[in-house]
Amino acid sequence: MDGFFGVPPQALFGQLLIGLINGSFYALLSLGLAVIFGLLNIINFTHGAQYMMGAFCTWFLLNKLGIGYWWSLLLVPLAVGLFGALIERLMLKRLYQLDHLYGLLLTFGLALIIQGLFRNEFGSSGPPYPIPRALEGGNDLGFMFLPNYRAWVIVASLAVCLGTWFVIEKTKLGSYLRAATENPQLVQAFGINVPRMITLTYGFGVGLAALAGVMAAPIYQVSPQMGADLIIVVFAVVVIGGMGSIMGSIVTGFTLGLVEGLTKVFYPEASNTVIFIIMAIVLMIKPAGLFGTQK
Amino acid sequence: MKHQRIAFVVMVAFFALAPLAMYPVFLMKVMCFALFACAFNLLIGYGGLLSFGHAMFLGVAGYGAAYSAKVWGFPPEFAILFGTAAATALGLVAGLIAIRRQGIYFAMITLALAQMVYFFCVQAGFTGGEDGIQAVPRGRLLGVLDLSNVWAMYATVLAIFVGGFLLIYRVIHSPFGQVLKAIRENEARAISLGYDINRYKLLAFVLSAALAGLAGATKALVFQLASLTDVHWTMSGEVVLMTLVGGLGTVFGPVAGALVIISMENYLAQLGAWVTVVQGVIFVICVLTFRRGVIGELGNWLRKSL
Repeated sequence: MDGFFGVPPQALFGQLLIGLINGSFYALLSLGLAVIFGLLNIINFTHGAQYMMGAFCTWFLLNKLGIGYWWSLLLVPLAVGLFGALIERLMLKRLYQLDHLYGLLLTFGLALIIQGLFRNEFGSSGPPYPIPRALEGGNDLGFMFLPNYRAWVIVASLAVCLGTWFVIEKTKLGSYLRAATENPQLVQAFGINVPRMITLTYGFGVGLAALAGVMAAPIYQVSPQMGADLIIVVFAVVVIGGMGSIMGSIVTGFTLGLVEGLTKVFYPEASNTVIFIIMAIVLMIKPAGLFGTQK
Repeated sequence: MKHQRIAFVVMVAFFALAPLAMYPVFLMKVMCFALFACAFNLLIGYGGLLSFGHAMFLGVAGYGAAYSAKVWGFPPEFAILFGTAAATALGLVAGLIAIRRQGIYFAMITLALAQMVYFFCVQAGFTGGEDGIQAVPRGRLLGVLDLSNVWAMYATVLAIFVGGFLLIYRVIHSPFGQVLKAIRENEARAISLGYDINRYKLLAFVLSAALAGLAGATKALVFQLASLTDVHWTMSGEVVLMTLVGGLGTVFGPVAGALVIISMENYLAQLGAWVTVVQGVIFVICVLTFRRGVIGELGNWLRKSL
């Protein structure tokens, strides 16, 4: 067999792997956006900046404090999530009675501040981060070479996504969250502390972004701009999937990563824009998004 | 309406007399961005639609004007018309897609579409990629007025700005503008009154795109340059900031906002990335404590709508 439509299988599977990796990040980030949007009705524009903070914190922990990748995986999402909770308490909280657009504008401003501060500190190119020792090397699968770290990213993000889905859809805690999404006043009347739940939810969504940042540190260049362009693609992913369902964001994220990878093989000129084109088509056919329900 | 006429006279007098004290190129930049912000404000302030992708119209019109003037040798009036027409066509396509959702989805969709246009401009040959289109000839307006003279250029930009501003003013105060406001306030009710709201939204979107394009095309001739900066999402953010600082949904706010933000950028230019930080801080302060903006607060204090 000499490949598919004249494309050698190594190239095809290589691009599919890259697509799946990108898809993992799309899924993690759009999941965080969907969780935040569900309860707060805010699109978190700072998401990209918080992802970038996650990557920088990881680098910082290793180079200044000598704390390695595995601890970062736990500590960084906690730290950045705490930072997010602080933002919610100090700023976002004041905007809930207003038009939702103000939340978007506020988080956009915060993203500019964070990205600007990091660019002042680190310049526009960033420091490299080594792959953790346990995940160095890779396996030859016969049809392609699979680096261990990349396999880990896919498996880990899939596990985190499914775990989040399980907690929200199948547990008691998740049922409170879903109820508060539907009708916060009523849930509050039942004696559940909804404001605290909102803070924790925002912190959790931000923590997911930071976790994506930790996993990105060894494969993408850690730089102040790394989140800015990514977040726009993730917005398109969110529009395509619709933010109504948790599983929808996960599936859409992974699928679009794969589609992007395939486009790189068969028509590389369009690989930057294919997701936006899909978004336009989906909007013409099903404006609410593939998994969404129009309110 | 009388106080708005007075404010209009003050504004025109300011731009007519200011070059005696300030750099004309700086003022031309302010006027281009003021028109851009006014066009943006037509959509958010009166239609309630927050576009986060208006840079695409500014940038594409700039490329259209610059390319037609430099490569095809169009005279300036046709170069500007061509650039504006390009932005209008793009506005029609983008509008048809974007108006299918409201609120924050609308913002995300316009942002994504603008990013697509940005990638297109990076790859397409005619835009000159990272270099942009440089040394665009200003030419002779209508074959007589030599625009390489800074005062001739200044008068042209002033005329375009005032013309565009008056058009927007007329639109806001027309029955069309009233329906637009009704849609912003209560969409379901506007539908029940028999208005085809999607047509109104689309028309507002295309109009806004065309005027943003007019600003972009003019800007390309003023600076003799069309570049990727004007298509990038940071530019879309900047016009949101100008309108927010001046006052969303006020007639004169965007002009004041453009003046404030462009002046600030001029003074802070040597500070590099700090400009972004300062912009972000202004965003946060405006959203948290100063939502009416400069002109909105002034109007509130005078108890007049400006």
